[in-house]
Amino acid sequence: MAEAQDFTLKIRRFDPESGEQAHWQDFGVELDPDRSVLDGILQVKDREDASLAIRCSCRAAICGSCGVRINGKSALACNTRLSDAKQTASNGAITVEPMGNMPVIKDLIVDMDAVHWKKIQRVVPWLLPEGEPPEREYIVPAEAMIDVTQSMACIQCGVCVSACLSLEVDPEFIGPAALAKAYRFVGDPRDDHTEERLRDLAEDPHGIYDCTHCFACIEVCPKDVAPMSQIMRLRRRATADFGIKDSNNGYGHEKGFVDIIEKWGTLHEAQLLPRSFGQGSAIRGQVEPDAVKQLLRDMPTALRGLRAGKITPKKALMHPKLPGQKNVRRIFEEVEGKKERLELNLYIVGDDGDQAEGAQAEGSGES
Amino acid sequence: MPHHDVLVIGAGLAGQRAALSAAEQGANVGIISKVHPVRSHSNAAQGGINAALDPEDSWESHAFDTVKGSDYLGDQDAIEIMCREAPDELLELEHLGVTFHRDETGHLGKRAFGGASAARTYYVADITGQAILHVLYEQLMKHDVVHRYEEWFTTALVQDEEGKVSGAVTRNIRDGSMELFAAKSVILATGGNGQVFNPTTNALVCTGDAIAMAYRIGAPLMDMEMIQYHPTTLAGLGLLITEGARGEGAHLYNADGERFMEKYAPNKMELASRDVVSRAEQTEINEGRGFPDGTVALDITVVPRKRIHEALREILNVGRDFAGVDITKEPIHIKPGNHYAMGGVKSDTDGLTSIPGLYAVGECACVSVHGGNRLGANSLLDTLIFGRRAGAHAGKRSKGSPMPQPSRASLDDEEARIRAIFDRERSGRRVSEIKAELGATMDEKCSVYRDEEGLREALEVVTRLRQEAKVATVDDRGTIFNQDLLGALELQFMIDNAETILVSAIERKESRGAQYRTDFPDRNDDDWLKHITVQPNGDGEAPEIEYSEVTMTQWEPEERTY
Repeated sequence: MAEAQDFTLKIRRFDPESGEQAHWQDFGVELDPDRSVLDGILQVKDREDASLAIRCSCRAAICGSCGVRINGKSALACNTRLSDAKQTASNGAITVEPMGNMPVIKDLIVDMDAVHWKKIQRVVPWLLPEGEPPEREYIVPAEAMIDVTQSMACIQCGVCVSACLSLEVDPEFIGPAALAKAYRFVGDPRDDHTEERLRDLAEDPHGIYDCTHCFACIEVCPKDVAPMSQIMRLRRRATADFGIKDSNNGYGHEKGFVDIIEKWGTLHEAQLLPRSFGQGSAIRGQVEPDAVKQLLRDMPTALRGLRAGKITPKKALMHPKLPGQKNVRRIFEEVEGKKERLELNLYIVGDDGDQAEGAQAEGSGES
Repeated sequence: MPHHDVLVIGAGLAGQRAALSAAEQGANVGIISKVHPVRSHSNAAQGGINAALDPEDSWESHAFDTVKGSDYLGDQDAIEIMCREAPDELLELEHLGVTFHRDETGHLGKRAFGGASAARTYYVADITGQAILHVLYEQLMKHDVVHRYEEWFTTALVQDEEGKVSGAVTRNIRDGSMELFAAKSVILATGGNGQVFNPTTNALVCTGDAIAMAYRIGAPLMDMEMIQYHPTTLAGLGLLITEGARGEGAHLYNADGERFMEKYAPNKMELASRDVVSRAEQTEINEGRGFPDGTVALDITVVPRKRIHEALREILNVGRDFAGVDITKEPIHIKPGNHYAMGGVKSDTDGLTSIPGLYAVGECACVSVHGGNRLGANSLLDTLIFGRRAGAHAGKRSKGSPMPQPSRASLDDEEARIRAIFDRERSGRRVSEIKAELGATMDEKCSVYRDEEGLREALEVVTRLRQEAKVATVDDRGTIFNQDLLGALELQFMIDNAETILVSAIERKESRGAQYRTDFPDRNDDDWLKHITVQPNGDGEAPEIEYSEVTMTQWEPEERTY
């Protein structure tokens, strides 16, 4: 153990009974730098002000109680070291504030029922097997159970909900935690409602296509659940396995996007809209009545862009290929050339000890 | 006044299982928890759940291992029930959706665990408790017939004039309101009391609330001296490293590089029962063969990397985040640490305590299936089997019986008690200071090795702390999320737990299971093959001690070697 050091915790206080606005309060703590921000907060409570409120219990990143934002980044207080937090602190003070995207009740405590648990309830979070259970256990592939273990590892701490950028824009978005929970059933071979679940999540305008692929949830998740990866797997299963083409054009947008990158290497924006509306096809986007209607609806935006000089007819129509675009295509060939669909799962690693930590791809057994 | 046929207090595995099973009987069920149910400490059970499901295995073998593990203090009728019902319970969990590990044929896979003569531990990586807890909570979300009171703190149990339990007084943590609940039956399921010790693997919520509340209304507590020290916890923080690591093949070494379990348990080695392994480690450390930080080494590097990733991933994270150790590359330093209370509120195989209408299940109860020492992966089983049985019993019993009308006087009493806490002069010690002294004292004097002198010293400290706790300073006078007030109430619960542990440990003048008395180093079946129970004896008086027989069915006590 290292020597104890002094740290300053700048904590966001809010007491709903005081009638005062939320404010920052500085506290000095003295602890081994390997100890956690939670240990620091507990020292404040123990020595100085026991009215400071934070949910916490296990101190070991298991119970999921102590989600906060530390120097603006969503995390569990119990598995963020003081020394690490100090490195990202500005002016030497470690800021601790309640999680985002959820209403604050008191100090560092937010109302998870109002947001997180409501969304969990939304995804029908229980197994729906077909008929009577077998006499013994369900016989299912070993890999399938290890595969869903990554989403079972979710401790419902809400840290991803706090960090989610889509939720900031669309509070109705089902969100990373609940969608990861949804994958836990979609990926479970015992569940008999896979297609219904996927159709529901694809057709919901706040469902799987509402994720903007920003990686924030993957970055902050303390349990390596990688919620965004689970959302992407929901999309792949919805489209590749069940051919679900949602009415929100989520499927078309993603397919259009990927095809454009394969062809040009960078995003050809003028092509994206018609392809999105045309279930990935630029042609269909321009001839199918529904797609045309939607395109026309977006016309004023395009015209405004033209007028403001954000779009020029030349740029819109003639999109240059990325120099070395062949290399982009090679990536596509490499990935699409696999017999099985590639999925990343931290619980599944190969035997080869030289592979990078937990990042080896494996067939998901879904194809 | 909220009223329920069955009111469950505590929403970990035992509580949730009891609530679901009472609801299956058609009872109107309420479940109260001071934390959101998925925050409960059942989460921390990593390794798995035992069941003799394999046709090659037998429940008798599981039961014998449990009896032997208990150092013959476990009640064999209860152990038989638990082990016989284990396979069906496991299958039911599997059917509900628990993602148990599969073998290559797609059937349930199992791992080896300590003190067991066969591999019969079923698991979900090393998050078994979490996986089961979350699946049961899924069922609570599905069946909204169970009314959930999440973040409500129970302060006291209420009895009618005949002594029958008729409800409970609670505080809604979110708004500070006090509420009297009426219930035909109350099932206690608040878990263990590890916070009485420091360090401990237990979460901050494990403050022995129900043990103290039941004790205060006269329910006898049993086997309280039996406190398990887990062999593999991180020094300082006390965090748990699952027994599953040894189940997967990890070895223990002392600082001389010696695989010391050869000396203590030549047959089972690292997979001897927990009391045996913890004592072996403590002996190595005490005799100077530990590392300078008072630890020995757990070497998990012998387990294949692929296997660590799929089966011990949580430990990989704990090592990385809390000890700065990559367990796939180097040994991790560990020591015995407070982990589990075998004792608790004396209850029968349907969870009924000595007080009519009051049940206790899970770690706060003592059936007693664990006796002097609990086997790894038997605690999840205990919570589920007896949670289910108590829920069913209470659910059936509620039919046709009238809803009691608990007296509002009990609510007034509790409100007055809380007002008095707010009215305290701010001159007393801080709650945190008292708690810290309590934890350090218990860990020093009442851990792996004990003697009368040390235990009596500890009891003196606890007696003083009881007085200090009555006037401890509380900073927060607010209503919304007043955690300071709850801490003051919990501290008093913890002191009741500590006192009854110490009194029982002083009383048992022998060494059995987790209780090792250096002044009485042998097991003494002639005098002490019996349970010690304690009851309150009026304010300021030492608890009253009684004995009860150990139920024997088919296994006579034998010498215990591993």
